[in-house]
Amino acid sequence: MSLSLSDTLLIWTLRGCAILAGAIALLILIFLILEALPVLQQVGLFRFFTDASWNPVEGLYNLTPMLLGSVLAMVGSVLVATPLGIFSAVFCHYYAPAAIANLYRRLIELLAGIPSVVYGFWGLVVLVPLIGRIQPPGTSLSAGIAILTIMILPTIALSSDASLAKVPPEYLKGAAALGLSRWGTIWGVVFPAAKSGLFTGLILEIGRAIGETMAILMVCGNVVQIPQSLFDPIRTLTANIALEMAYATAEHRAALFVSGLMLMLIILVLVVAAEVISQGRIYD
Amino acid sequence: MNKLRTLAPLSIGLAACFWLQSCSNSPKTATPSSDKLQGKLVLTGSSTVAPLAAEIGKRFEAEHSGVRVDVQTGGSSRGIADASQGLADVGMVSRALKDQEKDLQAFPIASDGVSIILHKDNPVQSLSDRQVVDIYTGKIKNWQELKGKDAPITVVNKAEGRSTLELFTHYFKLKNSDIKAQVVIGDNQQGIKTVAGNPNAIGYVSIGTAEYDAANGVPIKLLPVSGVAATTANVQNGSFPISRPLNLVTKTRPQGLQKAFIDFAQSQQVQDIVKEQNFVSLSK
Repeated sequence: MSLSLSDTLLIWTLRGCAILAGAIALLILIFLILEALPVLQQVGLFRFFTDASWNPVEGLYNLTPMLLGSVLAMVGSVLVATPLGIFSAVFCHYYAPAAIANLYRRLIELLAGIPSVVYGFWGLVVLVPLIGRIQPPGTSLSAGIAILTIMILPTIALSSDASLAKVPPEYLKGAAALGLSRWGTIWGVVFPAAKSGLFTGLILEIGRAIGETMAILMVCGNVVQIPQSLFDPIRTLTANIALEMAYATAEHRAALFVSGLMLMLIILVLVVAAEVISQGRIYD
Repeated sequence: MNKLRTLAPLSIGLAACFWLQSCSNSPKTATPSSDKLQGKLVLTGSSTVAPLAAEIGKRFEAEHSGVRVDVQTGGSSRGIADASQGLADVGMVSRALKDQEKDLQAFPIASDGVSIILHKDNPVQSLSDRQVVDIYTGKIKNWQELKGKDAPITVVNKAEGRSTLELFTHYFKLKNSDIKAQVVIGDNQQGIKTVAGNPNAIGYVSIGTAEYDAANGVPIKLLPVSGVAATTANVQNGSFPISRPLNLVTKTRPQGLQKAFIDFAQSQQVQDIVKEQNFVSLSK
């Protein structure tokens, strides 16, 4: 069967779009590597983990505290936001009256639409002084986790909501026929059936937590150090770039591209992990 | 349409009239041949000067329809390098020229001071240079040691590479790696918000911004440095110790378009832009 002209045209347009979309990601990666190369050649990748501190002007490039800061803030917020998001979606789907569920969804969507700088500003003037009363200075890992939790909550809540909605109604009817309780149905039937969607939501939320810059920059304190407690200031990789890019030149600038590369690496690992986890195990 | 046709030359004519009039007011800016000014002027360098230069450039373009002013950032060192290699017509440098750069011609267009700020409720009224150094290196950790409240000091520092940091560390003879900060900030606004939200914080920011905010009810106060009050007036008359000129630099004696732009940037016509950007205008 030969394709009609319009089909051929459509196919090539679609191919073109796909190539363009893929090329953008590749181009960014290539650009990052090219910009980072001068310092990587001169300093070597190793020193980004072994130097005494991060003082690029003085030629010291240790990125480990930032890497750790990014990961800690991400893990903390994901640990809090994931159960909150998933269970709020469950509540919304299987327990709440329709009117409340609808209102609730609109609210969550609203939360998702607030720009991050607004969260950051709120965090800086409200949250940070509050935490500062418990343990000064207030700008800390815990403030970062709190802000990130609020910011990624809509992502996980909305995507869990969508994946719960996609569970085939026959499954629920079958569970009802078996005489399962409501919670039994959710735990034993709905969660396994929606697993892939929930994981996708988790990955999306992790991606957002890692990539968040502005709010984190404002509430975390940005001191380059490995935090000893929840109340210590941290700096994330993204904040590092945002803080120093405007004034960085030469090697300093290249070093910032290395921290961008590292972010890219984290995201890459996450995407691969998500693929491995969700691959072909939707209904097992 | 018809209306527009008559309006356009009229407004251009009016603008030219105003410009010529201002020329006759301040003979320093007179460049009689500038009616025929044409071409493109490339400015590169300091990210502190860039927004100011861009605004001045816009007004310059509005008055000379044949001129394009292209402003690119990249740091003061890029401004120096590009100007001396001829890659840019004018370099922007947010500091005084060093001795080895004296072959370049510098034209100050504004100046900028850095002052220490505290929260308004902090009873400490002044700090000696020695005390500031001790606070920033972590030798003094509590306000009690400075006859303040019994509260730990939150040290707010600038991110690596920022020129405000350079100015501050240069004046107090500190090395950035010796500074023990609890919060590291990016721009001046973030510093002001941080100190305004934390009664026990100490920070340093651009004087213009701080003076403006303090006058508009933000709970911060500016501390004198070596007994000189931190005001734009004192920066202007040169008595305030931590300040720097914002310079336009050229390789050779400026001519033609170059000269016209530099004269314009130093003239009375742009002093409102200088003030708007919270820099200190140079008294002429």
